[in-house]
Amino acid sequence: MSVIKTENLKFVYGAETSFEKVALSDVNIEIEHGEFVGIIGHTGSGKSTLVQLLNGLLKPTEGKIYLDGKDIWENPKKIRNVRFKVGMVFQYPEYQLFEETVYKDISFGPKNMGLSDEEIDERVHTSAEFVGLKEELLQKSPFELSGGEKRRAAIAGVIAMDPDVLILDEPTAGLDPLGRDVLLSQIQEYHNIRKNTILLVSHSMEDIARIADRILVMNHGHKVMLDTTENVFSKGSELEKMGLRVPQITKIMMLLRQNGINVDSTVLTVEQGFNEIVKYLGSN
Amino acid sequence: MVRDITLGQFMPGKSFIHRLDARSKIVLLLAYIIFIFVCQNYISLLLIALSSLFIILSTKISFKLYLKSMKVILFVVVFTGILNLFYGSGQVLFEWGFLKITEGGINNAIFITIRIATLVMISSVLTFTTSPTDLTDALERLMKPLSYLHIKTHEIAMMMTIAMRFIPTLLEETDKIMNAQKARGADMESGNIFQRIKALIPILIPLFVSSFRRANDLAMAMECRCYNGGNGRTRMRVLHYTKLDLFALIFSVVIFAGVILCNIYFPATVK
Repeated sequence: MSVIKTENLKFVYGAETSFEKVALSDVNIEIEHGEFVGIIGHTGSGKSTLVQLLNGLLKPTEGKIYLDGKDIWENPKKIRNVRFKVGMVFQYPEYQLFEETVYKDISFGPKNMGLSDEEIDERVHTSAEFVGLKEELLQKSPFELSGGEKRRAAIAGVIAMDPDVLILDEPTAGLDPLGRDVLLSQIQEYHNIRKNTILLVSHSMEDIARIADRILVMNHGHKVMLDTTENVFSKGSELEKMGLRVPQITKIMMLLRQNGINVDSTVLTVEQGFNEIVKYLGSN
Repeated sequence: MVRDITLGQFMPGKSFIHRLDARSKIVLLLAYIIFIFVCQNYISLLLIALSSLFIILSTKISFKLYLKSMKVILFVVVFTGILNLFYGSGQVLFEWGFLKITEGGINNAIFITIRIATLVMISSVLTFTTSPTDLTDALERLMKPLSYLHIKTHEIAMMMTIAMRFIPTLLEETDKIMNAQKARGADMESGNIFQRIKALIPILIPLFVSSFRRANDLAMAMECRCYNGGNGRTRMRVLHYTKLDLFALIFSVVIFAGVILCNIYFPATVK
């Protein structure tokens, strides 16, 4: 059974005012347990609205969302439980930090879940470890940390709830190249260990290509594609029409192929591309 | 949730009221507010309420939005209305213990309710139909005489512009932070008053932190563009009066005169 399923999902902002805007319409998606799904789309394509609908922060104007086969709005009073199951890391999550210490901030989520102190303590430490937050930082004020450390602390605060589905909205935005790589690897490692479902919204095709199993492409509030990473990135011209693109290395391989060089053009990472080219050069 | 607050939000449009000069709107609004409290009997109250309704409808903004702006202060209206019911003199209509409802009390209650409702709705006309920039520009011009008393009118207007400019930004920020905390299971909708106040801490602290950061950034950006106060500043959009303003003035004066005449020729219901 799929972990998340939506049915004719529609969402309208500011209904009945002069600012009315349809953000999503007719979205049908199905996501399986343990999948790593990348979500891409132009700014304003409805990605952020979609993910906020998935964890019950927004209520759909029309349509249904099923989590483990159950309609999440069946009992609006229990919506908090949905939010614990579907963890959400917002863009620039460091702006949500508020506690006196990093430790207390990370434990905010688990505390709201009503866990015991021992359980909370364990979760804080494991989640801090997942995001690579040093032990001695836990007792510091979150406002003393560097930008990257704040980001990690905020992500740890969501991971600490141990959600079945983790949604990350551009977790690497504004980080330096090294910070991005490290954070992505940590997310991947977390995914490998916990085997939970991850949805990653990103503008970086390289990031998505590196870790996603499948990709959801959004455009003007509609689902355009939901397919494996290879299949989505093999449709380069379609993506470019939507203001998106394929990873640079994929583009290079495609151009090489167009110029009569027999290499596999479906590669997604620089490493794969490198190997392909070496193989080609070796065979000649 | 936060987005639902319509009190003081600009709704772009092209109606006659939208095109009035912001200065005349402010001055006429103040006059209107005064006259809402000048009227002393039902006939003059009806006159001012109906003319307000006419103005509200001529803005071509959905009446629902005006009602929504009322929602915020509904409690105040109902509370003062009920309170006024028990104050007043005249014939006693109903007595229950020390509570007495008199004819005067009922009149007072009806008057205060209609007065506050009209006041809020007519004030919404100004904020709904005037962009914040026009509004502060107009205020700056209207305050100009004060600058001869060495009051820094430009600075006051600039502060107001900035404050208004950041209302939507702050609302959006509040929304974002609220969502982020809700996603972590923050519960803001249940519990007693102390629990609810405590539940606001995770929202207020990040909001304060980011406001200071924003203020800092803005000050820096303004200095980078050589802002140094109001002396010698020209403006891109200069306010000017048109025939519409004259028409609005005549309309209002007729209504005000009507209110005064009604007060003179009909007996006063409330003092």
